[in-house]
Amino acid sequence: MGFATNLLNIICYLPLLGALVIIFGLRSTQTKMIKAVATIFAGIDFLVSVPLWFLYKPNGPAFQFTYVHDWIPSVGSKYIFGVDGISVLLILLTTLLGFISIYSSFTAITHREKEYYAFLLVLQTSMLGVFMSLDFILFYVFWEVMLVPMYFLIGVWGGPRKLYAAIKFFLYTLVGSVLMLVGILALYFYNSTGLKAIGLVGLGNPATFDVTELYNIAPHIPAGLQFWIFLAFFVGFAIKVPMFPFHTWLPDAHVEAPTAGSVILAGVLLKMGTYGFIRLSLPLLPDATRKAVPWMVALALVGIIYGALVAMAQKDVKKLVAYSSVSHLGFCMLGMFALNPHGLSGSVLQMINHGLSTGGLFLLVGIIYERRHTRMISEYGGLAKVMPIYAMLFMIITMASIGLPTLNGFIGEFTILIGAFARSTLWAVLGASGIVLSASYMLWMYQRMFFGEITVEANKTLKDVSKREQWTLIPLIILCFWIGLYPKPFFRIIEPSVKRIVEVVDPSYLDRPVAQVPAPVPGTPER
Amino acid sequence: MHADLMALLPEIVLALCGMVLLLLGLGTGRRQHAVLGAAAVASLAVTALALVLAAGATEASGRFFSGMFCLDHFAIFFKALFLLAATLAVLLSLHYLKDNDYRPGEYHALVLFATTGMMVMASGLNLATIYVGLELMAMSTYVLAGYFRREVKSHEAAAKYLILGALSSGILLYGLSLLYGATGTLDLAALARSLHEGKPAATAVLGMALVACGFLFKVSAVPFHVWTPDVYEGAPTPITAFLSVGPKAAAFAMFLRVFLGGFWPLGEQWQWLIGGAAALTVVWGNIAALTQDNVKRMLAYSSIAHAGYALLGLLAQSPAGVRSVLFYMLVYTVTNLGAFAFVVLLESRGYAGETIQDYAGLAGKHPVAAFGMLVFMLSLGGIPPTAGFMGKLYLFAAAVQAGYVWLVVLAVLMSAVSLYYYFRIVLQMYLRDGADAQPAALVAAPWVERVIWICAIAVLVIGLAPSPFLSAVRTTVTLLSLP
Repeated sequence: MGFATNLLNIICYLPLLGALVIIFGLRSTQTKMIKAVATIFAGIDFLVSVPLWFLYKPNGPAFQFTYVHDWIPSVGSKYIFGVDGISVLLILLTTLLGFISIYSSFTAITHREKEYYAFLLVLQTSMLGVFMSLDFILFYVFWEVMLVPMYFLIGVWGGPRKLYAAIKFFLYTLVGSVLMLVGILALYFYNSTGLKAIGLVGLGNPATFDVTELYNIAPHIPAGLQFWIFLAFFVGFAIKVPMFPFHTWLPDAHVEAPTAGSVILAGVLLKMGTYGFIRLSLPLLPDATRKAVPWMVALALVGIIYGALVAMAQKDVKKLVAYSSVSHLGFCMLGMFALNPHGLSGSVLQMINHGLSTGGLFLLVGIIYERRHTRMISEYGGLAKVMPIYAMLFMIITMASIGLPTLNGFIGEFTILIGAFARSTLWAVLGASGIVLSASYMLWMYQRMFFGEITVEANKTLKDVSKREQWTLIPLIILCFWIGLYPKPFFRIIEPSVKRIVEVVDPSYLDRPVAQVPAPVPGTPER
Repeated sequence: MHADLMALLPEIVLALCGMVLLLLGLGTGRRQHAVLGAAAVASLAVTALALVLAAGATEASGRFFSGMFCLDHFAIFFKALFLLAATLAVLLSLHYLKDNDYRPGEYHALVLFATTGMMVMASGLNLATIYVGLELMAMSTYVLAGYFRREVKSHEAAAKYLILGALSSGILLYGLSLLYGATGTLDLAALARSLHEGKPAATAVLGMALVACGFLFKVSAVPFHVWTPDVYEGAPTPITAFLSVGPKAAAFAMFLRVFLGGFWPLGEQWQWLIGGAAALTVVWGNIAALTQDNVKRMLAYSSIAHAGYALLGLLAQSPAGVRSVLFYMLVYTVTNLGAFAFVVLLESRGYAGETIQDYAGLAGKHPVAAFGMLVFMLSLGGIPPTAGFMGKLYLFAAAVQAGYVWLVVLAVLMSAVSLYYYFRIVLQMYLRDGADAQPAALVAAPWVERVIWICAIAVLVIGLAPSPFLSAVRTTVTLLSLP
């Protein structure tokens, strides 16, 4: 067993090991040691994951670093890890944000630290597992395990309405995922024995939950069955994304969660939904996906505009950022369901971008909340005078979130819009209006918080960001500029994987010469 | 004759041990709790040994006592499960009996007799044998439910259990007599042959329906569940723990054997009956549990809901379905016994332990036990990586394969609902800071803690590596005469 075959296992289970060390090795009074252990494990985990970036061969096999082991042979479930370009980037994002969120919690969390860092590390393992699993049962196990530590993070260390927010998050996402399980079972039986009782003849293949093997049967699944399975998956993933109208758990969870929880929630957890669509719905159910495009795009566009409008009306800055997530994730969905290489690549890149910029925004909100214990925009004003470095960092992340050229948001949104435009002008126009709206709510918020006179006495003595706080943000800002100025290495990793998906889900698109793409009549997408 | 006795060896040993225990209970003085507890555990261990011997000396396809009794893999699996459940229940009782000052002699003997009855139920190939086993189990559990005779609640539980249990036995007997009248036999294989030839008589179908009602009562399925919350609440908690797993698993053994071994030609007729009951059970069990503030009642409704899930495996009428029920019974036994062990631990530690508010802040005070309870709640709710998830996965997979997609959709949605009430306990333990909880003088109950440990580890092991346990249930189905 070489380094490459076990690399994914190491990345996935290092945080869990850290959690075990904290639980069994340390007493709850040794807070310094607990923080140190958590930081070290998360830091090493990030460092270990960096080789993925260099060792992953974009033009190599579809899934690399695979690790296969027998797990439950009697049902055909195996322990399979493997990554493609999409998951490589998401794994890197997860390990980075995981480290940052632990590093940023030192002063914010002042009670029950032992459990807190243990839960954060367990959460890390389960998220990484989702991005690595290529077996449905394994995927589902990690997918559900994730809920438990997140429930505790919100419920124990959250804001005033934490109990409500925690159980709402838990039940909402659980309902979606149990239905997904039924879809998985239907797919599993269609591949093997069929469902004789309801007249569905199976393909008679050996029973398997292996995602890559099931990819092969995707073209043979009858349209009716595809529709139902797509629907089951849709509920699971759309709640996680969250797509309008399934987004109502998100503002509660985001607002009540502690800062690190919000960072992980926005940065990584929401990507589970979009990742699920890309990894499972699109390549396994191409027919249903094509038929669902108008509906999905409509929901995505409503999400973009509705999320932005609601964000504009918020008085609480954390809630504003939460609703901006609904809008940004709408962009990801729009690009994905353009079903062309541009749209999908943009969508994947935008997942990363959203993780960086929204993660950064939550960190920034957390910094000021720790000082003043309020998140009301009206409580601030003129902060630029007392906290110049903070104001500058906030400005950069805000710009990244809006999509200002030279920063990452621009590249992602622009690529998505190219993809959407190739399908329908109307989609692109409506999508672009979301950018305008995001500029207005973000800048208006910035203006109210940072410019003008200092109106509240307590704000006059605020301390600027500490070294540690700066260091939580600097990596994010570097990445924002890197993607904004030179996104090519990212696209190089994403594109071959995305192309494979387009080949399955809409092969006709790739055959079509670019010049002949007709300008579709607005409002009536061609498929 | 020798072979017959060999097949019956475990039951003979256990019944004898029970009688010896009764006599011992008369003689021992102040140290009776320790002596009799050890004797009960030893009896169960000896019976397990006898089971191994009997299984080794007996042909799995053998028929004994003129075809009324068998010792196939199905029976062996269930007998091992009953012995496990009884052992854990006895271990839970040790301190509980001592603290509450009740005589242990009859108590342990009755647990052994109930277990004997359950073991006969799992082996019966004739409705008469199964009925005898059922009544032996039922009589013993009626007494056990009312064993705490100084508690009014315990009286109430016993009375309700006895009256409703007798009613259900009556219905069951009436069904059996109709079946006998229609087919002239109570032997399951002969019954199946007779029902298979030609159109079954209306009296046979009615008899089957009545038997189904009697069985549904025993597994506490809606609408025959009304006794469950009261009995579970009133009975001594270790007995509640035992009732919720042992007799329930025995009832499922009987259900599978009779409905898949004897009534399979009537599958067209009973699938609606059982399907309807399963749907009602998962819905009502989970909904009613939402509002319970008494943890024992909540777990009672939860056990009703779990019976509903397990009925899906019966409904599948397939080898995969049978396997999934067996696996689920194992999963459910370790999980539920663990959960009740936690309730026992609180009671023996001086907490009232029954209302949900008593759980406030326990995670800080008893982190290890609370973590065990968290694992059990996750397992009951079907969240991976616990055994409960794997159990539900197999049940639902079997039911989907048999075409009951609508029922599975209903069941998964209700199992999401169930997380709400399971997490009410988790919320109290972990999210409330327990300033209002009243810790009393701690009583050391080492065996109860050990049971929690054993069950929690079992739940996690089965959840992460289910393969060996699945192979244990794989061989069981070949001997049910499935179509």
